[in-house]
Amino acid sequence: MDIETYSLILSALLFAIGTVGVMLRRNVIIMFMCIELMLNAVNLTLVVFSRSLGIEAQVFVFFVIAVAAAEAAVGLAIIISIFRHYELVDVDRFNLLKW
Amino acid sequence: MIVDFFFVLFAVMAIGGAAGMVLARNPVASVMYLVMAFFALSGVFVLLDAHFIAAVNLIVYAGAILVLFLFVIMLLNLGRTEKTDLRGPLYRMLAIVSGGAFFGLLLVMLRGGHVTSMAGGMGQETMDAMLRARGAVGVVADPMFRSYLVPFEITALLLLVAVVGAIVLARQKAP
Repeated sequence: MDIETYSLILSALLFAIGTVGVMLRRNVIIMFMCIELMLNAVNLTLVVFSRSLGIEAQVFVFFVIAVAAAEAAVGLAIIISIFRHYELVDVDRFNLLKW
Repeated sequence: MIVDFFFVLFAVMAIGGAAGMVLARNPVASVMYLVMAFFALSGVFVLLDAHFIAAVNLIVYAGAILVLFLFVIMLLNLGRTEKTDLRGPLYRMLAIVSGGAFFGLLLVMLRGGHVTSMAGGMGQETMDAMLRARGAVGVVADPMFRSYLVPFEITALLLLVAVVGAIVLARQKAP
């Protein structure tokens, strides 16, 4: 097998670790970081396919990184806002959808 | 041969960093593990001839986004090692089974040829020639500013909306 196939396996493994992390942790910041890991695992898949299907895939990696930056900014702002209200970051205790 | 060695090194670093992030008790340690995983992923990008993407990944992901996470952890004063916040044994089993099933599903897709049949379109020689002709930045910039100019501009708009939204959400309420 070549490096492309191994990279795809690595990408699948990192994505699976990310999903397990989201399901396993209660700390909302760690769950958020697991989502970032999943995004980057998909970036790896796109880079692998840019070698065979055309370099445009690397442009999409760019867009994924930009969307991830926007998502991190807004998500962390929401976490700060929730923390001001509840003084904790445990998702099991966020059970009211109002301020 | 040397490529294989570095690939194994980076793959072990990435998987170790990802597992460490999920299992670390201290949130700051989690961020540091994730930084290690992203550095290793950038190494894999270099091995796959995506030099510019590797640099951007380091600067934007490891340099900016993860520092933002670190800022928030420090701001909310969560940098202490607490008792573990992993879920109970039933949840743990469920998470590992479903994560393993998901990984197995992706491997089955990979083995079934849905994915690998697409490989071998361009080849290493074409890739090297393109990189030599236009440079690592040029090969990405060319399609981005020719074919994908409108999505690029929409990305700029998205970032503006995100900045405004973040400020509005995180602002102290007026007394």
